[in-house]
Amino acid sequence: MRELIERVLNTAQVRGASYADVRVVRRQSQSIVVKNGNVEALSIAEDQGFGVRVIANGAWGFAASSLLAASEADRVAALAVQIARASATVKSRDLDIGPGTPVTGRYRTAVEIDPFGVPIETKIALLLGADEAMRKVKEIKVAESSMELFRELKTFASTEGSFIEQEIIESGGGIEATAVGNDDVQKRSYPNSFGRQQGTAGYEFIEAMDLVGNAERMAAEAAQLLWAKQCPASVTTLILGPTQLALQVHESCGHPIELDRVFGTEASYAGTSFLTTEKLGSFRYGSEIVNITADATIPGGLGTFGYDDEGVPAQRVPIVRNGIFVGYLTSRETAGVLGQSSNGAARADGWNRIPLIRMTNINLEPGEWEFEDLIADTDEGIYMELNKSWSIDDKRLNFQFGTEIAQEISHGKLGPLLKNATYTGITPQFWGSCDAICNARHRNIWGTPNCGKGQPPQAAHVGHGTAPARFRHVQVGVMK
Amino acid sequence: MLGKERIRAVFEQVLAISPADQTEVLFLGEDSGLTRFANSHIHQNVAQNNAELRVRVVFGKKIGVASTNDLSVESIKRVVESAITIAKLQRENPDFVSLPAPAPVPQVTGYAPRTASFTPEARAKAAGLVCRKAVENKLIASGAFYTGANELAVANSLGVFAYHPSTVAELNTVIMSDSSAGYADAVSLDAQEIDPEAVAAEAVDKALRSRNPTGLEPGEYEVILEEYAVFDILEFLAYLGFSALAVQEGRSFMKLGQKVVGDNISIWDDGFSPGGLPLPFDFEGVPRQKVPLIDKGVAVGLVYDSYTAGKEGKASTGHALPAPNTYGPMPVNLWMGTGQSDKEEMLKSTKRGIWVTRFHYTRPIHPLKVIVTGMTRDGTFLVENGEIVGPIKNLRFTQSYLEALASVELIGAQTKLERGPMGGSRVPALKVSRFNFSGATEF
Repeated sequence: MRELIERVLNTAQVRGASYADVRVVRRQSQSIVVKNGNVEALSIAEDQGFGVRVIANGAWGFAASSLLAASEADRVAALAVQIARASATVKSRDLDIGPGTPVTGRYRTAVEIDPFGVPIETKIALLLGADEAMRKVKEIKVAESSMELFRELKTFASTEGSFIEQEIIESGGGIEATAVGNDDVQKRSYPNSFGRQQGTAGYEFIEAMDLVGNAERMAAEAAQLLWAKQCPASVTTLILGPTQLALQVHESCGHPIELDRVFGTEASYAGTSFLTTEKLGSFRYGSEIVNITADATIPGGLGTFGYDDEGVPAQRVPIVRNGIFVGYLTSRETAGVLGQSSNGAARADGWNRIPLIRMTNINLEPGEWEFEDLIADTDEGIYMELNKSWSIDDKRLNFQFGTEIAQEISHGKLGPLLKNATYTGITPQFWGSCDAICNARHRNIWGTPNCGKGQPPQAAHVGHGTAPARFRHVQVGVMK
Repeated sequence: MLGKERIRAVFEQVLAISPADQTEVLFLGEDSGLTRFANSHIHQNVAQNNAELRVRVVFGKKIGVASTNDLSVESIKRVVESAITIAKLQRENPDFVSLPAPAPVPQVTGYAPRTASFTPEARAKAAGLVCRKAVENKLIASGAFYTGANELAVANSLGVFAYHPSTVAELNTVIMSDSSAGYADAVSLDAQEIDPEAVAAEAVDKALRSRNPTGLEPGEYEVILEEYAVFDILEFLAYLGFSALAVQEGRSFMKLGQKVVGDNISIWDDGFSPGGLPLPFDFEGVPRQKVPLIDKGVAVGLVYDSYTAGKEGKASTGHALPAPNTYGPMPVNLWMGTGQSDKEEMLKSTKRGIWVTRFHYTRPIHPLKVIVTGMTRDGTFLVENGEIVGPIKNLRFTQSYLEALASVELIGAQTKLERGPMGGSRVPALKVSRFNFSGATEF
């Protein structure tokens, strides 16, 4: 391994690179899907390769290959330099990644139970148990339970002398019950939607979910939704449950604070950001109780790691303090533009992708409310939980999100389930209307294993710590 | 590119060592480059070479899948062993019938050598041209130029062997001013047929014309949907409803024999048509059938893989995705029937409506009704009395795509090729008489 790494870095320098780094990445994953009593998918995947990033003639080049061989190391390193020289023909200025400090280190996710050490039979039995429990409810047409286990071994080295080895281990799982009837289709998911809840953790993370114990309840709720009242359209008070709030933080805070996006690097794809640099330190993002932090160091968070893919140590940084926007997620190149040092958010989705600025764990810091008190304190409104659909404009301002469930709140009490709930708003106005956040007892770190960005597309694994929160004067439902 | 014979040798190695009742090997190879530009300069420029081997083994009705991108002898042995191990741990899947039997695959060309040999310098030249056009007009360019050569090959122990090399090139750009943006793209299997000048000119024109937009009250309007927006509609119909599994599970709007959209709408899947991005067989090696999906507004067909076909005692239409997948088969070469109109006529026929260049961040909120929400983007204009009167700020829509296709007044005579995740589709522009905009944004 070291020999291949040295060969890549040497070749890149000989070919004219003023800077080069290489990542050798090996991934192992195990995926199990049980659907309607059958093990519909059971697969093991192994993936390996190396990616070489260089600066030559003041511009970036990157090349990657799955073939870990000396001759391929030479070819790929030379190609990366050739690509950088091509980039330099259309550059505005020489790029600057700031002074480099050699970093050496090792990091491994702390796990209690190695998820790959647990027999597959045990995992299948757990999922089949949840599946059986969901199918006790007659309206359930599709019951699906799944598990995703992931290990990444990554070595980073650079011409600045850095050498870092990391082993990231993740465990994820979840259930989904889809009910069909009354000319409708409704779904309930647990613990999170779109397949699963995931964290940097061992199999203990799966066991703690109690998928079997929650399966029948989810199925019953999905069936209830078929005959539930449509969530009415109105401007009202909205209380968001923790998983929906995680999605809200993700889309309306996590993406717009990516400094590369702010600088326009994603303009032709998912867009830019309203949080332009003149707003840093003064813009009122939310109400005074809104505090948001980016923290790559929280044990178990899906956005937790030791070092980013530029060799910068994981950090905890303030993003919104008392409602004021105070920080971005940065890389070496982008931080320098603001006269800052990178806060370690440049991450790549595997060996064949370049590092982009990605969320770590973007957390809404807890407030002081008990959930029961929050409901009791609300005269009239809607409670929504668990994301079903999400859409936001290309500056991250206008959003419309839908949830799996909603409940009317009347005189401090939660009413029966409502279906097809949506709410919409403009990001700073929405966060500006936040007047209560629940305390740490109600907070959890929710994993998002499918955060998309970049071309070619990259899926980042990120996390969000959230507790329920209340927002005033929100447009609920769709205006016709 | 590994080439047909070397891939065949790898397949023979797998099939020789597998003791399973049935064994399938899938090879996915990609040798690609992508040049991204933003702020009128190249900021990301990448290349990758990858080759994935996926082995599916079957013991009775027990199935296991394992994959690797390490093609060494040891790794190939290990991936077969992994697939066997997990298959033996499986429960029997009563709905599984068999891997597909061999069938002749018609030849179709989807490979342009000029794309496979397209250089980083050539991509940079095209990107540079787009950037210069923007700068000349005091605008800012961003975008991406992708060129890729792919190999898809499938074999199984029943005698299937299918190999298809393909290429694809796509240049897209968003050109911006302080207050506006314009989008354009071009897709071809031959990178030399991409005209960066034309792409730049279209986006620059939009960016210039959409400066200083004004706000418009949300509500129901007539719309002219450019091909970019219509492609999104087609993708959602495929994702939510055209799969046999979606119907079997009761989550599709497709009720065969019933009218689901307007009489003037016909949609089909065709993996052989040369105007698209041909893909002659699916990820199980089954030749793709041309499948009419909606004919004159009536739901007439679905796409099947061997699994969903087996459940109904039918033959696969050749639309399997790579195993394992629980989402079912998918059409990836969609076509929408043309009309006799053009965007000029659509404009002239509009009393008060909105011209939409493309949609952004669209998501389904009711799968059975195909109700989707999203934003307009990169060129949205108000039309009054047959003329564009000016640019407007972007709007959010919440609209049933089925209802939109039930109120199509005019259909373009020309189609445009757009690239999807696995294939390419050809779509015309549409004039729709009613489209619900549910909100507005600030730009």
